[in-house]
Amino acid sequence: MIRLFLKRLTAHFDQFLLGTLIFTMLVALFVLYSASGQSIDRMSSQAVNIMVALSVLWIFANIPPQHLQRVAVPLYLLGMLLLIGVFLFGDVSKGARRWLNLGVMRIQPSELMRIAVPMMLAWYFARREDSHRFSDYVIGAIMLALPVGLIVKQPDLGTALLISASGFYVLFLAGLSWRLLIGLTLAVGALVPLIWPLLHDYQRRRIEILFDPYQDPLGAGYHTIQATIALGSGGLAGKGWLQGTQAQLDFLPERHTDFIFAVFGEEFGLLGNLLLLILFTVIIARGMLIAANAQNTFSRLLAGSITLTFFTYAFVNMGMVSGILPVVGVPLPLISYGGTSLVTLMIGFGILMSIQTHKKLVAT
Amino acid sequence: MISSSSAKVKPLILQLPAWRRRALLMAVLLGFAALLGRSVYLQSIRTDFLQQKGDARYSRALVLSAHRGMVTDRFGEPLAISTPVESIWASPPDVTINADQLKKLAGLLNMKPSELSKKFTNSEREFVYLKRRMPPEQAAQVMQLDIPGIFMQREYRRYYPAGEVMAHVVGFTGIDDRGQEGLELVYQDWLSGKPGSRRVIKDRQGRIVEDLEAVKVPQDGHDLKLSIDRKIQYLAYRELTRAVEENKAKAGAIVVLDAKTGEVLAMANQPTYNPNNPVNISGKSRNRAITDTFEPGSTMKPFTISAALEAGNFTPETMIDIGNGAYTIGKNTIHDVHARGVLSVSQILQKSSNIGTAKMGLTLKPQALWSMYNQVGFGTPPHSGFPGEVAGRLRPWKNWVPIDQATICFGQGVTVTLLQMARAYGVFANDGELKPLSMIKLNEPPIGQQVISAKTAREMRDMLELVVQPGGTAPKAQVVGYRVAGKTGTAQKVENGQYANGRYIASFVGMAPASDPRLIIAVMIDEPSAGAYYGGAVAAPVFSKVMEGSLRLLAVPQDAPTNNVVIPPANLPEVGEVV
Repeated sequence: MIRLFLKRLTAHFDQFLLGTLIFTMLVALFVLYSASGQSIDRMSSQAVNIMVALSVLWIFANIPPQHLQRVAVPLYLLGMLLLIGVFLFGDVSKGARRWLNLGVMRIQPSELMRIAVPMMLAWYFARREDSHRFSDYVIGAIMLALPVGLIVKQPDLGTALLISASGFYVLFLAGLSWRLLIGLTLAVGALVPLIWPLLHDYQRRRIEILFDPYQDPLGAGYHTIQATIALGSGGLAGKGWLQGTQAQLDFLPERHTDFIFAVFGEEFGLLGNLLLLILFTVIIARGMLIAANAQNTFSRLLAGSITLTFFTYAFVNMGMVSGILPVVGVPLPLISYGGTSLVTLMIGFGILMSIQTHKKLVAT
Repeated sequence: MISSSSAKVKPLILQLPAWRRRALLMAVLLGFAALLGRSVYLQSIRTDFLQQKGDARYSRALVLSAHRGMVTDRFGEPLAISTPVESIWASPPDVTINADQLKKLAGLLNMKPSELSKKFTNSEREFVYLKRRMPPEQAAQVMQLDIPGIFMQREYRRYYPAGEVMAHVVGFTGIDDRGQEGLELVYQDWLSGKPGSRRVIKDRQGRIVEDLEAVKVPQDGHDLKLSIDRKIQYLAYRELTRAVEENKAKAGAIVVLDAKTGEVLAMANQPTYNPNNPVNISGKSRNRAITDTFEPGSTMKPFTISAALEAGNFTPETMIDIGNGAYTIGKNTIHDVHARGVLSVSQILQKSSNIGTAKMGLTLKPQALWSMYNQVGFGTPPHSGFPGEVAGRLRPWKNWVPIDQATICFGQGVTVTLLQMARAYGVFANDGELKPLSMIKLNEPPIGQQVISAKTAREMRDMLELVVQPGGTAPKAQVVGYRVAGKTGTAQKVENGQYANGRYIASFVGMAPASDPRLIIAVMIDEPSAGAYYGGAVAAPVFSKVMEGSLRLLAVPQDAPTNNVVIPPANLPEVGEVV
């Protein structure tokens, strides 16, 4: 009876993926303890976040992909509505308009769009799977550009970038032709001088600082300099857990959130970084395999987009911390402190598991 | 595998071409490879540099200043003391300051806010002084602003209570608390002590988190007790200053020696400066008594005469014909201004006869004469332990021609410093023994070197007493209650190898009480230009006043009690009038 119940409970878990995820998050708990100045509170609060996120994962793993396909359009429309609401009535905090006050709660609609946009695009290209024409890609691009434009306007460059990436992956996986791809790249390249004056000063500064962080070592370049110093002083094997001076002595800013990779690198060194990259590679490989084995176009596109977006998160964050990408507010997936980002991630992995496990049921 | 399984289930499913999948896979792997490459670069190749950078951000060496020793006079009265002050410094990379704080800080530091913020943007350095040597209470106000990256460092400021009176002897220290002049320079290592250090880890707010190594406690410097007697020094300085002013002289110097021990009890110079604020001191900072040489003139004669007495050819009573005031040696002629006829050796000294002294000196071999001068210290540095002391010029006897020998006998063609001269007179004061000099207080009198016999020394003292008697050149050197022995000197200054008209150095060197001398005082007045220029008129009064005051301060028993002349106060009522 109990065994049956347990089997029912875990039926839609992909055990290999789940194991890797949990292992990674446990490692993250230890890093967080160090990065937060050995705060038990921080660590236990993140443990709660993990439990909540895993529950969300279980829920989404149990929702068949067909259901998701059905809610894709309404979800996207709701998201757009809320984004427009933010644009018109949003609360301003720290110079950005990202939150919408609904009276009972404050929500950040851009978080919803992280899932809604790839779902919408996957739905669209699945519907038109018989004949993908040039016009389909144009429509897809417009469906992507609308929310991204609103989010850039907030401004929230990091989220906009990641949502564009997730949408682009769907287009790419749906067979966006190389010619179009190159054309698009050139178009974006040509747009840069046009967009440049539209960016906020601090956004421009961040990109400038990337090329020369010592231009402003106390201001905008400070993050990058401190982070590379932390990473570099870790050396091959690192200074050891809780021994990282840059992190422990408060030199590293935002060290338990966006810059946690610097703490990790300082305390565990090159070998630690290698381990982390291997863990991420395993997760991505599993995700790609699920995508490849997916039974319909919607599932395949969605799974591929989710997996590649996870890769993008990791790459952008680690690239930013190690100083090869500009500083954008992107947390390191699975490692950084924060419930929202973890829940969003777990929704994605839940969908992946659902795609993997519901396939068999359909097949029989 | 993918195609076969999915083809069965749903043939219409969209297929991704294999090369597109591969491109995707490559992109992911390339991305991670780039991260790994960056990681290798930072953590293996650049790791040393970055580790050093990281260390620089948290470990700091703090200097703990040592307390510089005190300089005191022989009774422990302070002549140079260090008082604690605070210096404010900043570590620009750690400074976080808002406009309000900047304004307040600038106000406390007495700087312009713009000037101050410039110092903070100079982020190349991790140590910048904002203000040095602030009063501790003012520095405490700065620290109360609680600005991260601003720190306080304990330092010491040197203070000289005796100011210009002792300036040349004690000298002064620079901003880094190192001796720059005088004994502060000579005894730098003794006074300075060893600064301690502390290596600590600091966090970004500048809080000390832990000590990296054992704290090196600073070793305070030693105190230095000079031979100087502060009261005699003040007296000497006051009288010298007055004489220099009254005679409109260019400069002057005075040295007071303890005849028994060779200790320098006072040494003062004019012009002088304020060591508490040593600015524009060029020309004033020289300790002329030690660094400036001059032709002594007649103060040299006693050494010539004592050499002749030692040789046994003369006694104080030997009569010498000095003629009519001119005496020709080869092509040159030497002159006497006042003395004429046949004089005894005593009278030759009393009247300061050039011809008589030269005649006596010429009876000696040049080597014998040279060795007398040399043994009393002329031509060699006096080893006072003072920076910049000079030897003076005493040419080798082998080069002397008779006219050289004759003029050197009365102090021309030879140069000395005032300190050398004062010390040399110690030979007469100490029954023929020459004592080494000391600027530091001695506990026991040092053993000197016997230069002339005690008999000759006493004979010389007796003759030198005549100089201050009526008929001598310096009655103004007398001291009431004491017998004084001494000698005047008036020398024309030599400029560019020529004797300069109307420019003299007036000097007097003497001792008292003559029966058993306790003090030797040498006075030199450079270019007196208010009329009088003879040593007996310009330098002798200074000697008299300083000697009188010093003997009284030292409570030296009188050796010439004056007749008990009691003058009744004029307004004392007659006994008979008392009703």
